[in-house]
Amino acid sequence: MVSNRLLALAAGLVATVGVTVSAFAQQATITGAGASFPNPLYQKWGEAARQPTGIQLNYQSVGSGAGQAQIRNRTVDFGASDAPMTAEQLTEANLLQFPASMGSVVAIVNIPGVENNRLRLTGELLSAIYLGQITKWNDPKIVELNRELTLPNVAIAPVYRADGSGTTFVWVSYLSAVSQEFQGKVGVGTSVRWPAGTGARGNEGVAGTVRNVRGAIGYVEHAYAHANNLVTTQLRNKAGNFVTPTTEAFQAAAANADWSAPNFAANLIDTHGATSWPIVTPTFILLPRNPSDATRAQNVMRFFDWAYRNGDAIATGLDYIPLPESVENAIRAAWTAQVQVDGKPVWPAN
Amino acid sequence: MSQAATLNAAAPSARPARRSGSLGDVIFAAACRGAGIFVLLLLGAIIAGLFIGGWDAFRTFGPGFVTGTDWDPVQEVFGAGVSIYGTVVTAVLALIMAVPVAFGIAFYLTELAPAWLRRPVGTAVELLAAVPSIIYGMWGFFLIVPFMAQTFQPFVIDNFGEIPVIGDLFAGPPFGTGILTAAIILAIMVLPFIAAVMRDVFNTVPPVFKESAYGLGCTTWEVVRNVVLPYTRVSVVGGIMLGLGRALGETMAVTFVIGNANRISASLFGPGNTIASVVALEFGEATMGSLKLSALLGLGFILFVISFIVLSLSRFMLRQRVQK
Repeated sequence: MVSNRLLALAAGLVATVGVTVSAFAQQATITGAGASFPNPLYQKWGEAARQPTGIQLNYQSVGSGAGQAQIRNRTVDFGASDAPMTAEQLTEANLLQFPASMGSVVAIVNIPGVENNRLRLTGELLSAIYLGQITKWNDPKIVELNRELTLPNVAIAPVYRADGSGTTFVWVSYLSAVSQEFQGKVGVGTSVRWPAGTGARGNEGVAGTVRNVRGAIGYVEHAYAHANNLVTTQLRNKAGNFVTPTTEAFQAAAANADWSAPNFAANLIDTHGATSWPIVTPTFILLPRNPSDATRAQNVMRFFDWAYRNGDAIATGLDYIPLPESVENAIRAAWTAQVQVDGKPVWPAN
Repeated sequence: MSQAATLNAAAPSARPARRSGSLGDVIFAAACRGAGIFVLLLLGAIIAGLFIGGWDAFRTFGPGFVTGTDWDPVQEVFGAGVSIYGTVVTAVLALIMAVPVAFGIAFYLTELAPAWLRRPVGTAVELLAAVPSIIYGMWGFFLIVPFMAQTFQPFVIDNFGEIPVIGDLFAGPPFGTGILTAAIILAIMVLPFIAAVMRDVFNTVPPVFKESAYGLGCTTWEVVRNVVLPYTRVSVVGGIMLGLGRALGETMAVTFVIGNANRISASLFGPGNTIASVVALEFGEATMGSLKLSALLGLGFILFVISFIVLSLSRFMLRQRVQK
């Protein structure tokens, strides 16, 4: 009796799944793999674009390094990476690189008596903290910037991402940009050799460790800090002003970036501008210049074209920063100029 | 075999069952042999795959790959020293904590517990063994780590931190994570394995041995010490090795609580890492064909070798004891 009912249920499930799959099968599917940093954005874009474009996005958040490897081997239609690839790497793998969106990284702290966005820090202080040179929160160098706060005599516990991640890449890019010493001793990479502190896995691990440990400081993507009400700090930007991490400050940084850099590898770290947040980064898409399947390549472009036109509200809602329109037009021009099948450009579609 | 074949040839239709039986025997034997060889092939393929994958790193760094304590992905300098140290130290600490408790559980279940309690407690121990390691990791991160950071470690640092030598074991800020926390989580994870094996082997001791000892006036402890343990020694060590094997290779739970820093510190509260945790954390961002990927595969090979050494050592020790 019971087993009969179970069988019927199972049959019903199989039928439902079958119907759903066949409904999607009529749509064009594109596959992508790579960075985890923009994963929430790509998933939302994928859902929203399915109806209007008829394109089903299958994005696997496997990490930037794995994404680069997969697009090199052409096992996916596009790769995604937080760190830009170098010009030589792009030429060697015959890839076109363009930004999809931008994100920002913020510092989070757990100091008794210090509220959200009250603590003022500079890049020099952050690099000294992560080098293990400043070890107490009441160090004269920190107190000097924060006269109105009473900072306790608590040891600073730096927390970093233990897994290789684009967030770490952006964070150490900033620390290296502002500190020669940090550049020399640690350098830039998706995972680096940290001289001090403790590592945790993922944004949630860093946030959890900072919450647990009195005197801890860590770094996470702004979207994550915002959604979880973490205590962030002010930072001094290149113009010498202390800014709080807000959408306006991120957009100011984006507006001041030099997008004419080759392969769209614009540097948004520590840009000029009176109100710019200093740690902003584009996140990149990698597309073969010689796609084996023109239709699939075209669908990837149609998808991102749709996202540039209609995806800004979704991006802002998730705390990502939409690209300026001029950049989006430059990207479309690059598609036409660089992606070709049999000598014919794939874009514009039809 | 041949006799059966002639019989079948003589009366093919009369004895169909016999025929399918002999054919079945052949198929069954071949399938079993195939399964046995398959395990060997698989093991060999994994070892070879890891070694070939790690060859780049072995060639570049030589023996320094095993002894080096530097892990710098930016400069592409990789040494496995710290993670080997972390792997061995956490596993050994875990066993030091787990074995006495496991012995207590097994002893209680077989000798002391009332009969109606043996089954529920035994099932509970087996259920503990079935909990996925990620659950232990999350539980450790959200419950044990805050407890260590806010209560246990400050208490120890305040009370023992000033004593020379012993104080060094507890130096550093109370992160909550670290070698000791990882060892505690590992101890809890391997405990049910060791306890279940010990209970099963204690049950294999013939009652007549124990009853004779009791009849001579032995205490319960003396019976266990002089009858049960000598009788089951081999299997008990086997169970401990099973636990050690799991502790060496455990990944997710350790990754959550060990602190993930490539440093060797004398302090038990200091962060460290293990081979498995480094591989799990760094694999996602290791580019295809890079030296880093090769170093990670090389780490896997080293873990394989360590497990092999542990197993052979236990076999060797057991053989000596058995010969006595």
